[in-house]
Amino acid sequence: MSNVIEVTGVSKSFGGVVANHQVSMEVPEGRITGLIGPNGSGKTTLFNSIVGYHPIDEGSIKFEGKEISKMNVQEIARLGMLRTFQQTRIYGKMNCIQNLLISIPHRNAKFMDMFAPYDKELTDKAEHLLEYVGLYQKRKLLSGDLSFGQQKLLEFAMALMNEPKVLLLDEPTAGINPTLINGLIDRLQRANTDFGITLFVIEHNMRVVMNLADNVYCLAHGEMLAHGVPEDIQSDQRVIDAYLGAH
Amino acid sequence: MKSLDNKLMLGLLAFGIFGPVLFPDYTFQIALMWIMVLFAQTWDSMGGQMGYNSLGNIFFFGCGMYICTVTQVGLFYDVGDYTSATGSNVTFSDSQYFIGLGVGILAAGVGASVLAACLGWTVFGLRGPYFAIGTLGIALSAGELFGTWDWVGGGSGVAIPVYPGEADHKSMFFYTLCFLAAASTFLFYRWLFSTRFGLAVNAIRDDEGKADAMGLHTLRHKTVAWCFSAFFLGISGALFGNLTGFVEPLEVAFPTATFGIFMVAMSLLGGSGTFWGPVVGAIMFHVIKEATWTYFLGWQWVALGVIIIINVVYFQQGVVGWMQEKWPEKFGIEVDSSMSMEDEAKEAAQ
Ligand SMILES: Nc1ncnc2c1ncn2[C@@H]1O[C@H](COP(=O)(O)OP(=O)(O)O)[C@@H](O)[C@H]1O
Ligand SMILES: [Mg+2]
Repeated sequence: MSNVIEVTGVSKSFGGVVANHQVSMEVPEGRITGLIGPNGSGKTTLFNSIVGYHPIDEGSIKFEGKEISKMNVQEIARLGMLRTFQQTRIYGKMNCIQNLLISIPHRNAKFMDMFAPYDKELTDKAEHLLEYVGLYQKRKLLSGDLSFGQQKLLEFAMALMNEPKVLLLDEPTAGINPTLINGLIDRLQRANTDFGITLFVIEHNMRVVMNLADNVYCLAHGEMLAHGVPEDIQSDQRVIDAYLGAH
Repeated sequence: MKSLDNKLMLGLLAFGIFGPVLFPDYTFQIALMWIMVLFAQTWDSMGGQMGYNSLGNIFFFGCGMYICTVTQVGLFYDVGDYTSATGSNVTFSDSQYFIGLGVGILAAGVGASVLAACLGWTVFGLRGPYFAIGTLGIALSAGELFGTWDWVGGGSGVAIPVYPGEADHKSMFFYTLCFLAAASTFLFYRWLFSTRFGLAVNAIRDDEGKADAMGLHTLRHKTVAWCFSAFFLGISGALFGNLTGFVEPLEVAFPTATFGIFMVAMSLLGGSGTFWGPVVGAIMFHVIKEATWTYFLGWQWVALGVIIIINVVYFQQGVVGWMQEKWPEKFGIEVDSSMSMEDEAKEAAQ
């Protein structure tokens, strides 16, 4: 089995704060990989490094075997690696359908594509995906008027519209009504099985990660602490200490 | 909304055709009104629709004016000789005049777009107030630079080739061109915002970082949006120069503190980021401005200032923006008052 993402010895500091130190990890193709760790342990920083949000201090990041650590956010997104945001980012003054329509893949966008109309096929696909995440009734509402949980679902649907190979999700269940979480886990799993999207998920909620991921990494103080199947991670004394120590 | 849309367009078309017939004394003012509509629409295609508030769009107006003048003269004579003799040494035949004007107008549009494309690569690194001030700097320095450039007449300016015909014909001729320019701009943006381009620039306005993260070609869209603005502004500059008959850097070509600011004020008054807002705002602003010029002479700037202050302090959404909030259904916007927790619970139950 091949790895879509290979991170080797990546470090990143902000001034004096070492957010990531010599981090190495892999995301196997077609699977769901989890990333856990206490608040401030450097999870989001690692995501940002992978998708080209900021330059890294040292190390190598490969996507499908290709070095991408010098590429910018747009170029990496166009390779088929997308991320969602911990704080949820959508286009608030546009309605849900428009949010999806503008999220079509731009991989092979030619200059004149900027002026193409949206054909029926795309609108149908947008509506279908909104239905998939349970937002069909809201499709013509301004997305900024949706509840936080609904915005998270919308952001997820936007990512699916983009047909990524790999999707990096930053705390997809944070701030979501607990009654909705099972539905969301189910949808994430189906995105993986139905659409064949490799998932790499940051999750603070242990229960969610253990249900969702088939292998889990744990970061603590910017360093990779442990890696293994959920059962092993759950009972790993270092992981337990890191979590207890952080609270 | 569709039928209202058509009625408004028909109304404007009728006024465009019959306005100068009914009010022949105001032909110049109505021509200027169409230029204002063009100003507001080109400004808002960036400011309101894309979230990039340029304070320097007047730059393209002035450059278009100079490009057109230089083309009109340069096709047939040496520009340096012409400007040093302030245009008194030559005459243009009818065909020379019209060919020069036609080519000049086109060159003004294309030339201004090329300038926008070149500037875009540097200016679009700036965000928010830095972009506003950066563009303002471009317009201000252009005024100063043209003032020192003797080849195009320097600070004392240059006379534009004289229209070969009666004054009445001239004013109708340029009126028609101004109206056509505004109408073409309007129809062009109507089409443009119905394509993917419209959603793309709106996405950049709402969250450019997100658009980057989704792989959208943000710089390409921003640059092209500016080129379109510049194209129509360049043409409007060419027409306005000919309407005035004289090009001079600070008052006529690069009037940053008047026309340059009016562009912004008109869009805000009508409702920035709405399609009709800039059009409505420009017409209202122009009518108010002309009325205060006539009836409150001496107080006209105060009156305009008060309108701008009321607009930005109490009425930020502008006229059309306000109507959209009041009657969203008419604008094809759906609102839902029964929301949130309840919905989520329902979804959870599914
Ligand atoms: N842009 C930034 N500037 C300065 N410090 C940052 C920045 N981003 C993250 N950090 C710091 O890096 C550390 C790791 O943060 P982060 O990656 O957000 O953690 P996590 O996502 O695991 O909660 C924290 O100490 C945080 O304050
Ligand atoms: Mg985080």
